Amino acid sequence: MKIRLLEIAHGRSGDKGDAANIGIIAYDDKGYEIIKKHLSVSRVKKHFNEICFGEVERYELPNLRALNFLLHNTLGGGGTVSLKHDAQGKTLAAALLRMEIEI
Amino acid sequence: MKDKIKIASGQGFWGDLIDAPYVQVTKGKVDYLVMDYLAEVTMSILQKQKNRNPKLGYAKDIPELMKRILPVCQEKGTKIITNGGGVNPIACAEAVMEVAKNLGIKKLKIAVVLGDDIKERIDEIVNTGSGLNNMDTDEPIVTVKDKILSANVYFGALPIVEGLRAGADIVITGRTTDTGLTLAPMIYEFGWDKTNYDLMSAGTVAGHILECGAQSSGGNFLGNWQSIPNMAEVGFPIAEAYPNGEFIITKHPNTGGKVSFETVAEQLVYEIGDPEVYITPDCVADFTSIKLEDLGGDRVKVYNIKGKKATDFYKVSCSYASGFSASANLTYSWPQALSKAKAADEILRKRLKNLKLSFEEIRTEFIGYNSCHGPLSKEIAEDDINEIMLKVAVRSQDYDSIERFGKEIAPLILTGPPSVTGFAGGRPKPSEVVAYWPALIPKVLVKPEVKLIEL
Repeated sequence: MKIRLLEIAHGRSGDKGDAANIGIIAYDDKGYEIIKKHLSVSRVKKHFNEICFGEVERYELPNLRALNFLLHNTLGGGGTVSLKHDAQGKTLAAALLRMEIEI
Repeated sequence: MKDKIKIASGQGFWGDLIDAPYVQVTKGKVDYLVMDYLAEVTMSILQKQKNRNPKLGYAKDIPELMKRILPVCQEKGTKIITNGGGVNPIACAEAVMEVAKNLGIKKLKIAVVLGDDIKERIDEIVNTGSGLNNMDTDEPIVTVKDKILSANVYFGALPIVEGLRAGADIVITGRTTDTGLTLAPMIYEFGWDKTNYDLMSAGTVAGHILECGAQSSGGNFLGNWQSIPNMAEVGFPIAEAYPNGEFIITKHPNTGGKVSFETVAEQLVYEIGDPEVYITPDCVADFTSIKLEDLGGDRVKVYNIKGKKATDFYKVSCSYASGFSASANLTYSWPQALSKAKAADEILRKRLKNLKLSFEEIRTEFIGYNSCHGPLSKEIAEDDINEIMLKVAVRSQDYDSIERFGKEIAPLILTGPPSVTGFAGGRPKPSEVVAYWPALIPKVLVKPEVKLIEL
């Protein structure tokens, strides 16, 4: 069965210089197991192909049923250097939640 | 020692809801009002204002706000802590004193935290062997030294604690961590030992939850956002803190918004890196240790927080001038709105090329189509698109190129694709690009200073 990540998780994203931070939080324990399994570094890097031009780091926060991703070289220089409409990566959590996964 | 204190968040950034601090101090009893005004670019803006007028350089909203909240805070015994002093905390404190005098207040003590501004000390600091290298690229600061607009050390909670111990009713700081504003009253009221890093981390986590205002009480909530009630009258978060390091995140009754596991969790994962290593001047907090318990009724208990010793460094935030940029918008309507916007972009780019202007980057985005999610955006049948806003932005070290770009936008209305509108406000003006230079400095090289001003 194919589901969209949006159905089982929520989150928030922001900027850390030219890197974007994306925190993804599952609504329940079962959802956390799913995001832990499917949201690998390589899968996230591929999802943000042509958006993230650097390394992707992944961290687990089982206490919050959450994963945190740092996407380096993603915000067009960050701060006031960036010409991007979303220079602070505020909408990137939603962009990750677009992902469809097979469960 | 008090067995509990209430710390209310009044601002998440400079430009947040003006009435929020007033609501926080009037809708119920709180012991402290904390207000974060400083984002990274804010410091450079404030520095420019101070360069023009030595009496400016702080969050100008503060004196006006104090007119409304000082009488209430005096009556209820609510203390105020803010980093809105920016690059001129003394001038900010003097402006607040002036307000207090005009209000007929007889007794007021303001503590001002100084010493974070190291702009004039960069040569001296570099000479000690600390290169203030860029944390991201490792380049030494000498490469941008002549272009530096501001350079400030992030202090933690301890200078604020010193101010509170001296009896301050208000503490105004320059560059202080957002988290330190909330941790400080806990250290002061509960007599916490600054080497108890679990407690330092508990206060730091509380600060992280409060620092973005309503972002932990229902604002910008990506879960079921439509379930958040009455956002128009959203209640900003309040930390009800206990001496053992546990605290409850809540908000005043009869306010909008929502405090739940989900709303607090979203704020906890906001703008963090490695969750086990959340570095502040006061401690290194471990966000994977945090436990949340949703008690219902807009109350979330936060406990079990662990942390480690702080590092020997302060973070320094420098800003430097790095050329100019401009941005322009034009709106195209159905039919073929996207094709028209794309054609206009091509025409514009060809003209810019023929003019032999120099740009580091030209960026085109189609608002209503791909400006948020870029290549992840869903394809839309063109007949279903009602309108598209074309946004073109440019950046260059060459001012003239940016200025000339501004003159090439309006002509597209008469010399480009049809059914175009939305060009108002004149030619886009070049604005100065401020780049950010994060660095570390050994703590021994800077000393915070606390100055008291009394009425």
